[in-house]
Amino acid sequence: MDILYLLIPLSLVFVAIIAIVFLWAVKSGQFEDMEGPAHRILMDDESPSPASKILSSEQQNDISPR
Amino acid sequence: MEATYNYKVVRQFAIMTIVWGIVGMLVGVILAAQLIWPTMTEALGPLAPYLSYGRIRPLHTNAVIFAFGGSALFATSLYVVQRTCQTRVLSDGLASFVFWGWQLVILLAAITLPMGFTSSKEYAELEWPIDILIAVVWVAYGVLFFGTIMKRKTQHIYVANWFFGAYIVTIALLHIVNSAELPVTLTKSYSAYAGVHDAMVQWWYGHNAVGFFLTTAFLGMMYYFIPKQAGRPIFSYRLSIVHFWALNFIYMWAGPHHLMYTALPDWAQSLGMVFSLMLLAPSWGGMMNGIMTLSGAWHKLRTDPILKFLITAMSFYGMSTFEGPMMSVKTVNALSHYTEWTIGHVHSGALGWVAMISIGSLYHLIPRLFGREEMFSVKLINTHFWMSTIGVVLYIVALWIAGVAQGLMWRATNSDGTLTYSFAQSVNAMYPFYTIRLIGGALFFAGMLLMAYNVWKTIAAGKAVNDARIPQAVAA
Repeated sequence: MDILYLLIPLSLVFVAIIAIVFLWAVKSGQFEDMEGPAHRILMDDESPSPASKILSSEQQNDISPR
Repeated sequence: MEATYNYKVVRQFAIMTIVWGIVGMLVGVILAAQLIWPTMTEALGPLAPYLSYGRIRPLHTNAVIFAFGGSALFATSLYVVQRTCQTRVLSDGLASFVFWGWQLVILLAAITLPMGFTSSKEYAELEWPIDILIAVVWVAYGVLFFGTIMKRKTQHIYVANWFFGAYIVTIALLHIVNSAELPVTLTKSYSAYAGVHDAMVQWWYGHNAVGFFLTTAFLGMMYYFIPKQAGRPIFSYRLSIVHFWALNFIYMWAGPHHLMYTALPDWAQSLGMVFSLMLLAPSWGGMMNGIMTLSGAWHKLRTDPILKFLITAMSFYGMSTFEGPMMSVKTVNALSHYTEWTIGHVHSGALGWVAMISIGSLYHLIPRLFGREEMFSVKLINTHFWMSTIGVVLYIVALWIAGVAQGLMWRATNSDGTLTYSFAQSVNAMYPFYTIRLIGGALFFAGMLLMAYNVWKTIAAGKAVNDARIPQAVAA
């Protein structure tokens, strides 16, 4: 089963990469908040038809980055 | 100019998902009919070889997995990554390249497979020039996806993106290692591995293609579209993170369960079986997480057929991730291996889980992509739902019975040790079940036609729209 000399190191390298990514995620605070992210995707505004929407000047100010 | 999301690439892939779904499933229906009437395509004369079972079987698997499933994943992953990261894709040019590159791969597959060009590796039949093209397009897709994550406007990376990310990285690795081959001519190559080594690499690839392409990636879809369609946050965000990491650490090792009782060393077979059994825990954790998202809002299932698709998909995910580990137990495998049961199991996952979660997600996505309030007909979605569900149930129940019957007939011996049944007798016993399977498959296929009609009416109902704005005020 010489092929295992390829597959096992390859899998170990892969596991090592997964471990590094996992540690990065923990350290960078990805898993600090375990409630907010679940709610945040629901608060995403999805206007179905932005082309047909006429914005008032006030609304335009709201969304302007300035 | 106002910042918008790139919906063009999502629209393109969403439409092609339906087109390739119809094509791939039609080929599946033809194959199911050929099993009942093996000579049916001979009437086509000189065209007959191109439609022979051995040539269009890989066409079916490649079309439904990589063309239909792949397009669904490109569409949803590029939509989800943009919306949850609140940023446009890294590059519009790269997005176009990924779309057209992938369509070219599919086109080349549709030409070369019926012509009989094959590397003969299951789910990796395409010859070397196409393999190289796949690798190039896939790397471009990876750059596009991770580049978009890098330029995100939010601090947190939503869990669905983790699932999509893992699938992109793993498929790149699996494809490149498994497709290592020595070209002889433009259309012929030989695998870099031989014998049982080749088998081991093939099923390390094959199982993880199921694990990461057909499971992890579609879970990414589930973690976005179920909460969105239900209008409720995922049951437990913490569980979704545990689900992700557990799945990633365990899945890689389950491949040997495809090679039970072969020349593969016993210990490797047992290892594959043990890891397959362990997979039950994260799989069912994920299934509960998806279904329990509806806890307290079960009434929505009565009125919302899109949610029915999504939640039924989760039930099939639970069923097939229970069935899979069970079939990898050596004693069960001794009965089930090489029988129709395996085909039934695959379709319980492919139609029940993968196709239904994709269809549900597309019904959610299409009105948003084309600026409509909702789909043209919600009633037709409901009809589609029942056609799909009844179709899958007919299909898998028929093949469960067929598989067990087949396994028992093969192993039955008389008191003097001779076989009770000839192989042809076991084939003959399959006819009623093949017929039920054809009906189930045809019903599922007809549902896709209904979906195409519904989508066409939705899109044709109005003018084209611009891409959606990116909200500028972002909560940190």
